Amino acid sequence: MSHLLEVKNLDVKFDTDEGRITAVENISLSVDQGEVLGIVGESGSGKSVTAKSIMKLNPGNTSYNEDAEIILDNENILQFTTKQDLKKIRGGKVSMIFQEPMASFAPAIKIGAQMVEQLLIHKNINKDEAKSISINMLKRVGIADAEKRFNQYAFELSGGMRQRAMIAMALSTMPKLLLADEPTTALDVTIQAQVINLIKDIIKEYQMGVIFITHDLGVIAQVADHVAVMYLGSVVEKGPVNEILKNPKHPYTKGLLQALPDINNLDAPLSPIPGNIPSPLDRPTGCVFRTRCPHHNPEGKDGKIEMKLIEVESGHWVDQCGIKCGQNE
Amino acid sequence: MSDNLISVNNVSVNFDYQENFISKKQKIHAVNNINIKIKKGSFFGLVGESGSGKTTLGRAILGANKISSGNVIFHDDEKDYDLTNINKQDLKEYRKKAQLIFQDPYAALSPRMTVRDIIAEPLEVMKITNSRQETDERVRDIAAKCRLNIEHLRRFPHAFSGGQRQRISIARALVSNPKFIVADESVAALDVSIQADILNLLKQLQTELNLTYLFISHDLSVVAHVCDIVAVMYLGHIVEMGPSRELFRNPKHSYTKALLSSIPSIDPEKRSEAIELKGEIPSALNPPTGCVFRTRCPNPGIDCKGGEIKMGLTEVEPGHWVDQCCVI
Repeated sequence: MSHLLEVKNLDVKFDTDEGRITAVENISLSVDQGEVLGIVGESGSGKSVTAKSIMKLNPGNTSYNEDAEIILDNENILQFTTKQDLKKIRGGKVSMIFQEPMASFAPAIKIGAQMVEQLLIHKNINKDEAKSISINMLKRVGIADAEKRFNQYAFELSGGMRQRAMIAMALSTMPKLLLADEPTTALDVTIQAQVINLIKDIIKEYQMGVIFITHDLGVIAQVADHVAVMYLGSVVEKGPVNEILKNPKHPYTKGLLQALPDINNLDAPLSPIPGNIPSPLDRPTGCVFRTRCPHHNPEGKDGKIEMKLIEVESGHWVDQCGIKCGQNE
Repeated sequence: MSDNLISVNNVSVNFDYQENFISKKQKIHAVNNINIKIKKGSFFGLVGESGSGKTTLGRAILGANKISSGNVIFHDDEKDYDLTNINKQDLKEYRKKAQLIFQDPYAALSPRMTVRDIIAEPLEVMKITNSRQETDERVRDIAAKCRLNIEHLRRFPHAFSGGQRQRISIARALVSNPKFIVADESVAALDVSIQADILNLLKQLQTELNLTYLFISHDLSVVAHVCDIVAVMYLGHIVEMGPSRELFRNPKHSYTKALLSSIPSIDPEKRSEAIELKGEIPSALNPPTGCVFRTRCPNPGIDCKGGEIKMGLTEVEPGHWVDQCCVI
């Protein structure tokens, strides 16, 4: 069976004044219909850059490698160059929800007008139809007084409500793939629980594929079917959510789990991962995690082991250097 | 001699609010009738969602916000400082003894000053040291305690990562040798792997330098891990307060229970056990009468639904206080 989305060997590089930065290196991912792929990682790990590549939203100084492929519906998005082609993707087949809903809505245009505008671009319908679709969608995401909210501005809504409206807008064009970039990070826990439940319901109802980006392993455990753990532009471990969180193999995944304060186990000490994330300008050769790895093996420490994912159990892939380090404990 | 460092007695903070120049002046009740005692050497946690008044209370205790009624007393070794009527001289003294660590280490440090100047600034402003040599000595001393290298002192903040910047902020707060620190969401902007490092550092400094913390956070698992005593705030009121283990193992107030259940569990098999709260936190301009939580309470009693029960804490177990509405 072919996947809904397949990313193969993707490199993303940025040309900056200080030199060429590797933001993402050799990433391969796939998402099926009705499946949620979670991407976890700290700031600077390249999660958002990966997602933005799928819509070709990265800035002008970006270069992709020639042999990379991002295949959605049997079409390679990276080959798209014309506005016409990209339009089909952006907001059509793929929609994105961002972290900060206040920054994603235009502040001086009513929410309803923004929803109608994108529907008119992507669907062959008239204004009245677009309006009724929008209002129904607002109702679907649990906004009371949808007709009233339709005529309001983003600043008039509370944070949780704005994020709901953002989700309604992203879903109204019935995309096949939804990219959710830290959609609950700016929300309070009680509101976060509401929004997570909403997203889960909607995925079930519309059977779309979802890439859910977050730094919060708890949120990943709640929503994702599969997880990819990223560090400094590379995927270091990926697999089914249960496998990754209960049986992690890579020292970085283990470190992340140990650094997390667990409310059910207050006696466990908090163990930080030593050191800092290196700047992407001096990205380590070989294993990217070796500068902070607590259990490094001698070869991995010198950067002699190339990054390469190996399947340790069915569907559970771990970077080969990380497997060796994992055995060192 | 009391063993409390800070006593907050019936403190309320109101802000004036006027939507536009012709509309009526209103009051925002940001903090209402708060009573807390912070023991010497304790790690006091204040949790709540955005808009619950935790930052306002923290600022009021530091004397950075005007207190509308009630008083805050800082019990120093020789002398008590009453913040509601404090003279300028005493306020200056108090500032040396109570300091603040901010949330965002990217915004808190001036990009045009070297790390040494950033850390030294409080000493110079408060005229604590008399010579440059003495200043340098204290800066180096505190930098070492916060695990910064001497060579870092000559650099500018942009050269540092989030965790290192937060260590610089901590060094600056501690350089005047304070006794009381308000840490306002001090780890919220950091990645998890770094967050644990900063929390451990705060703990370690507490024993080394004999500090008392007021730790403000929205993250319950962080608070549960580091704090001894925790107060849960909602819409300007403390709804539950007690020793942190007791409070997290045996929460009594419906809001605390809902908050705890909303933390996403890292066990994928434990999905959606959250007690879902309907709606959002009401506006502080027009808070519900009686129990402020009644509009979102999942299981309100008949009396509190009508707002007939006044807010007030009752001691259910030694040291564990719960708002009376949820006890009845």
